[in-house]
Amino acid sequence: MTTVFAALAGALFATGTYLVLQRELTRMLIGLALLSHGANVVLLVAAGDPGRPAFLDGRDEPSAFLDPLPQAFALTAIVITFGVTCFLLALAYRSWVLTQDDTVQDDPEDVRVREEPDADIERSGADQPTIEAQDR
Amino acid sequence: MTPWIALPAVLPLLAAAASVLVGRSRAAQRIIGLGTLTALLGLAVRLLIETDRNDVMTTQAGGWVAPLGITFVADRLSAIMLLVAIGMFLAVLVYAIGQGDEESRHVGFHPVYLTLVAGVCMAFLTGDLFNLFVAFEVLLVSSYVLLTLGGRLAQVRAGTTYVVISLLASITFLMSLGLLYRATGTVNLADLPAAMEALDPALRRVFLLLFLGVFGIKAAIFPLFFWLPDSYPNAPTAITAVFAGLLTKVGVYAMIRIQTTIGPDDTVVGTVLLVVAALTMVIGVFGAISQQEIKRILSFHAVSQIGYMVFGLGLLTVAGLAAAILYIAQYIVVKTTLFLTGGLVERASGTGHLDRVDGMLRTRPLLGMLFLLPALSLAGVPPLSGFVGKFALVDAGVDSRSWVLVGVSLAVSIMTLLSMNKIWAGAFMGEPTANAEATRPLPTAMVVATGVLVAVSIGIALGAGPIYAYAERAAETLLPLAGSSAP
Repeated sequence: MTTVFAALAGALFATGTYLVLQRELTRMLIGLALLSHGANVVLLVAAGDPGRPAFLDGRDEPSAFLDPLPQAFALTAIVITFGVTCFLLALAYRSWVLTQDDTVQDDPEDVRVREEPDADIERSGADQPTIEAQDR
Repeated sequence: MTPWIALPAVLPLLAAAASVLVGRSRAAQRIIGLGTLTALLGLAVRLLIETDRNDVMTTQAGGWVAPLGITFVADRLSAIMLLVAIGMFLAVLVYAIGQGDEESRHVGFHPVYLTLVAGVCMAFLTGDLFNLFVAFEVLLVSSYVLLTLGGRLAQVRAGTTYVVISLLASITFLMSLGLLYRATGTVNLADLPAAMEALDPALRRVFLLLFLGVFGIKAAIFPLFFWLPDSYPNAPTAITAVFAGLLTKVGVYAMIRIQTTIGPDDTVVGTVLLVVAALTMVIGVFGAISQQEIKRILSFHAVSQIGYMVFGLGLLTVAGLAAAILYIAQYIVVKTTLFLTGGLVERASGTGHLDRVDGMLRTRPLLGMLFLLPALSLAGVPPLSGFVGKFALVDAGVDSRSWVLVGVSLAVSIMTLLSMNKIWAGAFMGEPTANAEATRPLPTAMVVATGVLVAVSIGIALGAGPIYAYAERAAETLLPLAGSSAP
């Protein structure tokens, strides 16, 4: 049974990783949701072998029921992921409102450093205007 | 049983709720925020004194016994981090109120700021790894909101990167927790060392590296730092100051906790940390040299300086750990001050771009002093607080014969000075530009908050002896075995 769970977690992580690497925010969002499902499946495995009841059914020896702590972990994690996913959705919507597009933009400063001509050669004169000078 | 040690995590949450209730009145929100943080500052001082007397204090939330309930633990490391953090939160709140920009007048600013305080305090006081996860989530979710409060395009872009990276780290954290619980049956930090003993040493190392990796993302160590210089500068100045000054240091704090809990004698991982530390210092400072904007230069320094703290941790000696603790404490103050001063420069001249600011020293000599002192301190010029921290680190490094690291850290100090000089020469020296002449007056609250932090960092340098002794006692509690075997 643990093998099935491991395979399931692996599949969720693989798909999630692929989606997170996309540039569209909505796809990343689905990817993150899948990744967190994967983590929750791992938490379920941590609860121990399946087959025992999740709740106390009259007997009170610890081996009679499933360890409740990982389930509490998973519940907490689900609530947190839910909140953060809502926040990311709001961000994606805001991005769409501002740019009519939900792809993640490049960092403008990274672009500046990358495109600066001959950044490693000292400039000799004013014949090569800097990007800042062009801005002004 | 000392229930009051949980108050720093509980009070700000209650205050945040109250702050939402009085949302219509900014004045009431400010009173609640300032009042809560002042009360917390008092609590933190008391905690500092009492932990020094009792070593470790604990309380169980709701009276549930240790492995089942939520345990709060305070030791000297928690206490000193808490005190510095809360002092800084208070100064930054005063600064933000003085600044009065769009974000800090937003109805959500005060409640979310208080939940951030709660998350940070909880991270410092928790005695259980799952609770640490929850604390991280509380502080991260608050930081997501604060970063994107303005809703501008740059903030949305930076916020996306930040949220996605943090969420990935959180998911990895959660998964590691599940695996750890399956392997050991506990996530309580006090129970872990004994439970880890039963595990294969290789498996122990895997867990250690998993957690160090997760906290490394939050602490922005090499090679996991790329998100930081991209996202932090886009937040409002006060918020960037909190993020760069404190949030990454919560990650370093967690690294110290986990390393001393489950791998206090794992020298292989210690060596890995030392290599990572050297690379973090060098890459961060090179990044800083290539930037043209004050907040971005400072953000890269935030990466570089993390290397120094990891250096102290990687030595795995009491002296190294004590130096790292001292370094973190002084650095939080210095870094926050630098960002606040950077914000003052932007406020006075309308831009933080070095090509467009000039001659600030002529027009605003006080601002020049407020920048110069922490900048020299960051570079480690004696007799400022950064020098004290670096001296302790280098001393510990020499003791452990880590010559390469000592050399790298000294070289990086000089490069730090170079890039600080870049801001100094770019913004403060030279003839005042027409732009700088048409300056706006600076609100007193902003200048006073920055000035107080400068004074505190000078105070740390003056009181370096007792503070280092305290850090050493903190390190001895964390590394009891290494403490007794050290020559």
